[in-house]
Amino acid sequence: MSALSILYVILFYVAMITLVAGITNKLLQYKRVPAPLKIAVTPAPLTKKGVVYRFFTEVVLFNSLFRATKWTWIFSFMFHASLLLAFFRHLRYVISPDSFIWPLVNNMIVQSFGHYAGFAMVVGLLGLLARRFFVDRVRYISSISDYLMLLLILGIAITGLGIAYVAHTDIVQLKAFIMGLFLFDWQNLPSDPVLLAHLTMVLFLAMIFPISKLLHAPGLFMSPTRYQIDNPREKRHLSPWGAEIEAKDGRNA
Amino acid sequence: MADYEIPETHEFPIIPSIMEGAMAHSIPFVAGEEFQSDMGFPSPEEPGQLIDGWKEKFLELMEEKLSKYRSLQVFMDICVKCGACTDKCHYFIGTADPKNMPVARQDLLRKVYRRYFTFAGKYFPKLVGAVDLTEEVIKDMYSYYHQCSECRRCAVFCPFGIDTAEVTMAARDMLAMIGMGQKYSNQIIPKVHKIGNNLGLPEPALVDTLEGLEEEVEDDIEVKVRFPLDEKGAEILLVTPSADFFAEPHIDGLIGYAKVFHATGVTWTLSSKASEAANFGLFIGNYEHMRQISLRIRDAAKELGVKRIIFGECGHAWRVAYNHLNTLAGPWDFLDQNYPIPQHILEFTKDALDRNLLNIDKSENDHMTLTFHDSCNIARASRIGETPGSQFTTPRQVIQAVCNNYHDMAADTTHDATFCCGGGGGLLTDDLMELRLKGAQPRMESLKNVISDHGVTHMAAICAICKSQFTKVLPYYGMTMDQIVSVHQLVSNAIILEGQGGDEAEDSDEAA
Repeated sequence: MSALSILYVILFYVAMITLVAGITNKLLQYKRVPAPLKIAVTPAPLTKKGVVYRFFTEVVLFNSLFRATKWTWIFSFMFHASLLLAFFRHLRYVISPDSFIWPLVNNMIVQSFGHYAGFAMVVGLLGLLARRFFVDRVRYISSISDYLMLLLILGIAITGLGIAYVAHTDIVQLKAFIMGLFLFDWQNLPSDPVLLAHLTMVLFLAMIFPISKLLHAPGLFMSPTRYQIDNPREKRHLSPWGAEIEAKDGRNA
Repeated sequence: MADYEIPETHEFPIIPSIMEGAMAHSIPFVAGEEFQSDMGFPSPEEPGQLIDGWKEKFLELMEEKLSKYRSLQVFMDICVKCGACTDKCHYFIGTADPKNMPVARQDLLRKVYRRYFTFAGKYFPKLVGAVDLTEEVIKDMYSYYHQCSECRRCAVFCPFGIDTAEVTMAARDMLAMIGMGQKYSNQIIPKVHKIGNNLGLPEPALVDTLEGLEEEVEDDIEVKVRFPLDEKGAEILLVTPSADFFAEPHIDGLIGYAKVFHATGVTWTLSSKASEAANFGLFIGNYEHMRQISLRIRDAAKELGVKRIIFGECGHAWRVAYNHLNTLAGPWDFLDQNYPIPQHILEFTKDALDRNLLNIDKSENDHMTLTFHDSCNIARASRIGETPGSQFTTPRQVIQAVCNNYHDMAADTTHDATFCCGGGGGLLTDDLMELRLKGAQPRMESLKNVISDHGVTHMAAICAICKSQFTKVLPYYGMTMDQIVSVHQLVSNAIILEGQGGDEAEDSDEAA
């Protein structure tokens, strides 16, 4: 096995462990911290089912963003939808043809949609980047990392398109490398520079996920203003530390 | 009227270009030693300074807040700086100061959070805009966290529901704990604890006021409508903002509640101990104070032996009552479980109207064409009725049940997209007059448009702070202070009580 392949084997494991452990750690932290007061932004759902629907409109349709600004919504929706399509297309590289989900992944629809999603992703990202440069309010709130994050993902998208349309890689060998990671039976990685650039950026993105604003993806579900049920009069809400205060002076008895 | 530069109003809203530092000079009075110590907050050796070891203390408090409030911890992490909120704050629209953009306001605390609590900020501060905690940063926080009315309009539009109010509350509490409490709120809260209301109106004065009201109403309509105080065994305890006892148009609302109670035949009482619905503990982000203020109501309800609690027209008070009263002062197992606990006066009136218990003559309000101002805390932090969004429909249904002429303001300025009056969240103080005037711009704009396009003459509100704020700012925008009315003032005008008479002449005077 080449030294390069060994390096990437290590990088892959480090990145995946960082990603999973980092996000788990953050979610556990959010779960540990109590929400002492009911702060649902109203109108809010009265039932759990309603909360699921609220999240559906937010996660799938970006409802609040749509109400806020149409331009950001268009670019953001374009980017995220493309990301999802690209993700499905990439499953082909990590799933064995023997798996029962293989037909769901290896079909015309998923593969061709995923193929063209790359272009939509670039357009979406360029739109989001343009806003940071040209809208004075957004420029004011942007840090260096906000630009770099977009550039990083843009780099991933462009190198991805490069592999698909310009500099094809040995896809069979790539899949052997990936499957080898799962089976701890390590294989060589093709050494085309565009592929390496693509993978390096993806791994870097995975590693910084838990320490960056990318936490918005899992964090959204922990946002009390959105997940809380609007039933404070019907059901008493009390945090552990609120209960401690009560126990001390007994005034709620 | 003192001289201020009043922002222009337009036919269609205009988002201003940013003007850095435009409101940096807006700094409310800092609480002196007496007010800080009344609140149990530390005071520095010299006024306006910070306490010894303020920096360590602030970071310690921040760590504690992050471990006690999920909202704060999550909101510090998940903002992507998308900009959705940047043009949503009335203070930004009215002042153009970029630090009044909700995300920038949050960032005042977030950049410190990043510096001391995150990997990226610890090792790559410049990259992620993290900064050291300096006195300069604290001063900035004090200024701009007192340019937020905690109205949550930003939270409606944020894709992640990040609520700047949560950040403002946390920041204000931490600032108070290092010697930078705000005078206005810190002066008021001890009065509630000691005397029972924000005004410091003692019981004898309250008795006097209520007797005066009874006489006034009897002179007016020849019916003895009671305004009972501390009456044990009454069915309902009414908790209402103390402004209802003396301010215009609040007091006309109080008369309205009394008439509705009278007409429905329930027994009710006010309490001298809980003679205040407002709870400024919310504004300053202090759980303990908010709880103590709430507990007065529990004590009063128990002492008086009431079965129900009803709140008068007050925005943030209803937020605390609706969302937090059960948490802070519950459980309410000693009250009648057949009614919502607590209940809003509009829920009571709406129910009475639905059951035809009130004799209404809508034409009594024909001299007005109404519009309705959704108060921020009612709209985005509560409900008035059974279904989601009934906080919008209930007040409108009541207004339209007692008035013939009604027209809504533009849709992007009502319901959950409503604009704050400009004086909420502990900012209703003269030392923030410029901010209040500028922050009122978006609401004044939509009001003016509905006046010129649809002949609206009056705006009704259900919040004591909104009413006081509008009374003050309307004249600056070329309108008159009496164009703001209480919703129950409209009910009061239209309701005809049994045995009522002799007011025809006066009414035609009013119409003229």
